[in-house]
Order: sequence, then C-alpha cells, then structure tokens
Amino acid sequence: MIATEKTMEEGGAAVTSGGGWDVGRVREDFPVLGQTVNGKPLVYLDNAASAQVPRIVIERGAKYLREEHSNIHRGVHYLSQRATSAFEGAREKVRRFINAREARECIFVRGVTEGVNLVMHGYGRKFVREGDEIVVSEMEHHSNLVPWQMLCEEKGARLRVIPMNDAGELILDEFDALLNERTRLVCVGHVSNSLGTINPVKEIAARAHKVGVPVLVDGAQGAPHLKVDVQDLDCDFYAISGHKMFAPTGSGVLYGKAEWLEKMNPFLGGGSMIRTVTFERSTYAAIPDKFEAGTPAIASAIGLGAAIDYLNSIDREAAHAHEHELLRYATEKLSSIEGVRLIGTAREKASVLGFVIEGIHPHDIGTILDHEGVAIRAGHHCAQPVMQHFNVPATARASFAFYNTKAEVDTLAEAVAKVIEVLG
Amino acid sequence: MSSLLELYNEQIREHEKKPRNFGKLATANRSAEGHNTTCGDHFFVYLNVEDGVIKEISFEGEGCAIAKASASMMTRSVKGKSRDDVEVLFNEFHRMVLGELDPEVNPHHLGHLTVFSGVRKFPVRVKCASLSWHTMHAALKGEETVTTENLGPDITQAAGD
Repeated sequence: MIATEKTMEEGGAAVTSGGGWDVGRVREDFPVLGQTVNGKPLVYLDNAASAQVPRIVIERGAKYLREEHSNIHRGVHYLSQRATSAFEGAREKVRRFINAREARECIFVRGVTEGVNLVMHGYGRKFVREGDEIVVSEMEHHSNLVPWQMLCEEKGARLRVIPMNDAGELILDEFDALLNERTRLVCVGHVSNSLGTINPVKEIAARAHKVGVPVLVDGAQGAPHLKVDVQDLDCDFYAISGHKMFAPTGSGVLYGKAEWLEKMNPFLGGGSMIRTVTFERSTYAAIPDKFEAGTPAIASAIGLGAAIDYLNSIDREAAHAHEHELLRYATEKLSSIEGVRLIGTAREKASVLGFVIEGIHPHDIGTILDHEGVAIRAGHHCAQPVMQHFNVPATARASFAFYNTKAEVDTLAEAVAKVIEVLG
Repeated sequence: MSSLLELYNEQIREHEKKPRNFGKLATANRSAEGHNTTCGDHFFVYLNVEDGVIKEISFEGEGCAIAKASASMMTRSVKGKSRDDVEVLFNEFHRMVLGELDPEVNPHHLGHLTVFSGVRKFPVRVKCASLSWHTMHAALKGEETVTTENLGPDITQAAGD
C-alpha cells in the first residue's frame, strides 16, 4: 500500500473533482494525447486495440531501466533483488486487482493470446481426448478461437459454438444444450472486442460448473472497463493484456485456479521453470514459475503494476460512468447520420462502437477519419466469424477510454459526415 | 482535404461505383485469388491468355474504394496487351504508388492509371491499390494466391496493424 501512495504522489494521478469526472485533468496524465495528426488534434478512439499509457507508468518503467534492471530470481546481488522485488510486487498488485486468492495463481504472459495458448497446451493437450468437445462463442476474438481449433484438429476433438442473436448477445439457452459429458472446457470473452457486448460470464461459469466443466474467460476487453473479481465470477482461468489497460505491450496475466495450474502440463520449457534437470529427466518448479520459462518482460510487468496503481488512484466508478456516457452519446450521434448502421447493439455494452456506412468500405472510412486526426480501427478486428454473422467484410470501430471527451465524439461524427460527403 | 480529394478523385470514385469487367469470365484459362486479410480486401482475377496476349480479363470480389477502382482500371489497361507490355505497366504502376516514379517528371506508359498517383501520400493504402495488379500478375505466372499485405514504401514506418 505504501508503494501505491508513493506512486500517486510521484505521478500526480488524476482524481475526480466535485463528484464528477474531470476529464481535462485526466488527459494531462497521458502525454501522447497532446499531439496533432495531419495538423488536427489527435482524437484517439482505438483504445480497444491498445490503450495509451499514463505518465506514472512511463516513469516507473524508466526508473526500473535506470536504477533497478537486472535479471530476476537467480541473482544474489543487490540489483537482482531489487528487480525481483519490483517484479513480484507487480504480481501482488495484479492479485489484488483481480481479487485472486493467491499471487501464485497469476502467471505473467505476453498478453491474452499467450495466456490462452498456455491453457491450450497445459490443460488442453493433457486432458482433451478424441471425441471430446470444447465450447467457444460466436463472437470470440481469434485469440480465443484459433488455439482451440488447433487443439481439436490435433486431438480429434470437436469445437462447439454458442450462437448469438443479431444484437450481438449470446443465446444462453443454446449454450445449455451444448454442455454434455464430453465437454472439457468453455472459452468465452468477457467483453466482445468487435461488438462491445458484455457477456454474462458469471452465469456462464455457474452453468458450466453444474456439469463439472471449467471455464476460461478472455478478459482483454473486460479488465479495462469492468471491475474484475475472479473469485466472484468463479471462472477457472481469466486472461488479461496489459496494453489494453494502460500498461506497456508485452505485459499480461493468466489467472488460473491453483488446483488446475498444478495439474496442468508446463507450457514453454527452459530456464526458471524447472526444479531439477538431468539428461534422463527434468522435474518442474511449483506455480507460477512452472509457467514462466525464460527471462520475462520484467519492465513491462512492473509497468503493469504501475498501471494498476494508476487505476486504483482514480475513481473507477466515475471513469466507467464517463465511458458509458461517451458510448451513449456516440451511439446517438452516429445513428442519427443517414447511411450509418451500428454493428453490435446489445443491451449490456462496454464502450466499443462498431459501425458500417452503406456503400463505403471501412478502410476508406479509416483513411478519411485519420485525415481529420481521428484514430479508429477498420477491418475484421480478428473476429472474422462475427463479420460473417453480420454479412459484412469488415467494420469501422471507435472505442472509448475514460480520457476521451464528448467534444471528440462530435469530431468523430463530423468526420463520419465528411466520409459520406467525399465518398457517398 | 486536398490530398484526400487527390486520393479519392472523380475517376476513382466512378470506377468504384461502376466497376468495369466485373464478374466471372467463362473463357478464363487462368485465375488467381488475392487477399489482404487485415482489411478484408478479397479479389479474384480471371484471364484468357492466348499466344502470350491477355485476350480477356475480368475480376470479382470485395474491397475498399481504392482496391476496387484499381482492379477495374487495371483490367482496362492490360486487356489486349502482351506479357512484356503488361510487365512494364505492372512495374511502372508499382513504382508510381510507392512514390518512386513521378508521372509528371518520369516517362511512363500509364495513361489513365496516373489517377492513382495520390496513393503515394497514403503509405498504408499502397497494398490496396496494388492488390489486383499482383493478383493479375500471379494469374499470368500460373500462381494461385497472393497478398500485398506487407507492401509499402517503408513498412517499418507504415505498418498499420
């Protein structure tokens, strides 16, 4: 806790003023936001792809590189101990952030993709056999879909898909029908990166557990927008990507219940993950080391800890309320423009707004918006089955963070109108 | 706005809305598929090649305005041309969108294709303008699939995804 308070002093993290959300103050914490693009102020609405980094995270990473860098765990010298202490300190911050029982249940990985692949290799290759079934949802990001296809192909197992309706909501009755004695794992995203849908993962976990099936949650879009409590959700695995929650790339965490992690096979082999090695055989270290072969991204992991400090220093409820208001306002603004169709209209949504314009390809939308300084994403968002469901080749996607403003939503809407003017 | 209007000029918008030689080609004796997966551009190019000359050509598929207009105008430019002439056009078009050939300064055979010179100011769109050309080129060489995902003047600076 002392560390958190100290960081707040050093970084001058934003606080709310007078009960509202002081977005101007918050923006000062993010140096990148102050620049111009094509002569216009940058309007960064690509947060679902990667969020920007506050000053205290940048400074914490720099401090590590300037004063504390060494390899962790194995060194007896001063710097190695400092680096180890900062790295393990970050693990404890993650534990508290997601309310895991124990820090050893939090494995540092590069991001959600690596976390899911860890479970595919460690759990899937050990426990899934021919004829078994893995359940995913129709709106999964490729990172929580392709590894399971690879496993099914290798094992002769079958991939089952929870369908969604045209608003982009999972049809839970169909989910119940997919669960049976051959189901080995349910893999579902907390928040859809392409549609914004918030999935009822606690309910999904409860239904899966009734028939003894563990659940993996892709939390890439969940952790930045929602309060995550892995014990309350009662999921068996929860994966997060640091760079989606204001930390550097290369930082991420796979949470797993200790009883699963202990039963699973290791993932990567190498240094740090072993107990004893001879040419006849090796025995493996206890968790989390068993899953952390090689030198990890130490600076990035410490940066993730600092990003969590930052998130703890702001009023997260007010931040979420602000994001929700931006989503509501942007939804209203864009749907009032003739020719714009929103993709993803679930009742429960995080601040992700997918849209298409009749007769105009999203890539052209992206170029014209960029010309106006507005950064959005155009493409299939690594969710090609979602595009197939809505029968579009791609969508444009604006995604908001708590540092975005209503004025930026106005700029977005004006730029979209310009797209129609130029290409309509 | 000026570079935008240069990119999305009248002729490009017209070809995007009414693409020429669009659809399958019944007499095709060669074809290839081109796709840029990150943006969702996906085209097929069909050729009827006889005695080293492109007698007939068509394309179909989906893509952005730049990719579609480029495909449409490419089909008109190469139709009736010999392999060698197509090769010259392929190289010149490529160099123009990469900013290596300035049609106002350097000699060329591009004709109407110079409307794509505005692409040079949008490095991430080079792959869009080039896709159909590479697909046609692959079909001519007897290859089946192609991507221009990594094309650009300096991919280390221009990479968008």
